Amino acid sequence: MEIFDIFLLEAVLNGILLGGLLALLSLGLNLIFGVIDVVWICYAEMIMIGMYAVYTLHVQYHWPLLAAMAAGIASVALLGALMHQFVIRPVLSAEPINQLLVTGGVLFFLQAAATLAFGIEFKNLGVKLPPVAIGEMSFSFPRIIAFAVAVAGVAATYLFLTRSYLGTAIRAISQDREIMPLMGVSPGRIFVATSALGGALAGLSGCLLVLQYDIHPAIGLSFGPITFLICVLGGLGNMLGGLIAAFIFAQFISVGGFVFAIEWGYVIAFVFFIAVMFWRPQGILGGK
Amino acid sequence: MREVLEVNGLSKRFGGFTAVSEVSFKLQEGEILGLIGPNGSGKSTTFNLIAGLHAPSGGSVRLHGEEIGGLAPAAICHRGIARTFQIPRPFRKLSLLENVAIAAFYGQDQKVSREKAYADAADALGLVQLPGGPDARVDGLGAAGLKKLELARALATQPKVLLADESLGGLDHAEMEQAADMLAMIRREKGITIIWVEHIMGVLMRVVDRCIVLDHGEVIAQGKPAEVAHDPKVIEVYLGTDAAEVQQTVADRAA
Repeated sequence: MEIFDIFLLEAVLNGILLGGLLALLSLGLNLIFGVIDVVWICYAEMIMIGMYAVYTLHVQYHWPLLAAMAAGIASVALLGALMHQFVIRPVLSAEPINQLLVTGGVLFFLQAAATLAFGIEFKNLGVKLPPVAIGEMSFSFPRIIAFAVAVAGVAATYLFLTRSYLGTAIRAISQDREIMPLMGVSPGRIFVATSALGGALAGLSGCLLVLQYDIHPAIGLSFGPITFLICVLGGLGNMLGGLIAAFIFAQFISVGGFVFAIEWGYVIAFVFFIAVMFWRPQGILGGK
Repeated sequence: MREVLEVNGLSKRFGGFTAVSEVSFKLQEGEILGLIGPNGSGKSTTFNLIAGLHAPSGGSVRLHGEEIGGLAPAAICHRGIARTFQIPRPFRKLSLLENVAIAAFYGQDQKVSREKAYADAADALGLVQLPGGPDARVDGLGAAGLKKLELARALATQPKVLLADESLGGLDHAEMEQAADMLAMIRREKGITIIWVEHIMGVLMRVVDRCIVLDHGEVIAQGKPAEVAHDPKVIEVYLGTDAAEVQQTVADRAA
């Protein structure tokens, strides 16, 4: 029984580590939806671009890893701004289904572009970090880094949104975008800034994932659906709800996977998701 | 007196419906102009045209001689025109001070520092005498408080012209008097020129220098309160049985 307990504790702790990463994944998507009211179906593919950017700069051009990551974050931030300017802006007042389809188109475009540029082989950084042992428990070092950075990223985003002018304007515009111009704010600029921030968060997620996983053009499909489910579970556009949902989901995956089998963790998490959708279709903290 | 705003032949059509038709008036620096008329007479649409929320179908709006008709709302705000809404639209998840600070930071003509924006926001809140302190939340405010917040937000952009869509519905009699006095005080303290939309005419008549009466999007009368209150056309389409009361208000004011 004692052995069981310590491994259960390990599963719970691993769930917390995973939760931090999932929270970061959902944050950018939630931010963009909350402010611009458009769902970027291609969000996970932007994360993939970030992973490839880090890989290319570090492995092929031999940049120091941290510099490659900084450049990776910056390039996905730029991609986010371009995404808004050239893809979202023209359909901003269109039907939601059209907006969804357009971002879905970007998903396939990015997948195909990555396939052309990098081929379908799995790539990795070749960075091997040893696991960390605490007593009889062992934790993946990249996962601990990912957790710490993700928490820092979420905290930084929170501070930015609450303490800076641009952040205050972003929160304001998410509540009433029509009235903002009367206070001299051009919504277009705030939307581009929000998209760039969402992109930067995707880039940061990419930096953390590339430490743990191999990169391939379809890797977005591994993270995309779960990112959406977390956003919807928390209440789409509600960032706090997204954080809570991320940790709940991670526990189901981690502890469920420990008690039964790895694959069952996901099954249980998705069943939980479906059950919550019957009970609260708007999500845990969603309004309306 | 200098002319601040000149509206000439301003029109707005929505499909086949003409909401504002050939409206023309001039606004002198420092005056309070009342814009009155029954519901649906085009008062709010006129405000929206001046503030840039709608693009005019025809006509011109000049601020200090410069054409501003058809500019983006943010640009018009920077030029010095601020608008409040009949139904207050605060950002409920932001604090009072944040609500006003956004306007102070983004709405002014020149770039301002964070400190100045917060100072201007605090000034504006002080001017409208909003109780509860700057860290207060929006949720604690009643109808009168929300109107004050709306006003503070407009003032924080340091406007030359304030378009006050007051329509004092939802306020009790004392609060209405207060709101009227507040506009008079804002003009006095800040030298801001004001256009005031209102449909309770008695309150408005106490404060305004001149009135314009709209009906079906057209100007049917303009002039001093006393002239407008006795205008047969205004009595027919708008004042009706309230005419005597409004005329009395105007007479009391003169006395």
